[in-house]
Amino acid sequence: MFSQSMGRDMADVNRGKRPLSPHLTIYRPQMSSISSIINRITGVALTLGFVLVIWWLLAATVGGSYFECINTFLTGWIGGFIMIGSLWALCYHLLGGIRHLIWDMGYGFDLKTADRMGWAVIIGSFVLTAGVLFCGGVI
Amino acid sequence: MSFKTDKGRVIGLGSAKEGAHHWFGERLKAVALIPLTIAFICIMAPLIGADHATVVSSLQSPLNAIALILFFVVTFKHLEEGLQVVIEDYVHSKGSVLVLIVLNKLFCWAFGLAAIFAIAKIAFAG
Repeated sequence: MFSQSMGRDMADVNRGKRPLSPHLTIYRPQMSSISSIINRITGVALTLGFVLVIWWLLAATVGGSYFECINTFLTGWIGGFIMIGSLWALCYHLLGGIRHLIWDMGYGFDLKTADRMGWAVIIGSFVLTAGVLFCGGVI
Repeated sequence: MSFKTDKGRVIGLGSAKEGAHHWFGERLKAVALIPLTIAFICIMAPLIGADHATVVSSLQSPLNAIALILFFVVTFKHLEEGLQVVIEDYVHSKGSVLVLIVLNKLFCWAFGLAAIFAIAKIAFAG
């Protein structure tokens, strides 16, 4: 009788020897692929921003000089760069995520719309970041 | 001799392991995060760099505290699922994938709960 494990072993005879489908490196970069990978990169990078914000929140439960210490760091050059970078990443990931949800619903696949949405995400992320920084009196 | 049906023998053997349920849950969290992220930015942006009394009084507002807690709950579940997809896509050794997925879950639970604890403590106790 043909068992499940036999099936798996037979299917695996060519493991490692099968030809691979073309990879990223042979394609010309496109708006949809680049803006999509930036969405993933911003999502992963936001982990760092959240770790810092949670550290800041925990410091706020303690207060005093400990809170002042992280507050000084987050508003300094390195911390400020990470915070503003995280704000941009969050804006990008928000807009990029909305675009992916539009694609998931089955809309916006024609090249013209896909390109336009890509530009809208990129430009919109900078506009949103600048807007928040402007409202906060940072710029 | 097996009494299992053809479907029973193959179910779960595909590379995805499971179907639409997981996919739909990911999208549901993403949709919920649209308003929650806007709320998060509106509440948090004025607080980074503010003095301690301002931070405490803002987080003691029930609306702010609830919006932030909701944001962190959904965000860390979304982060966990997102990082897991990244791990599954780019790490090819089965053992490493398992270890990284477990570490990812521990990390997301720890930091998500830390965020909620901090907000709740400030909201209740200042």
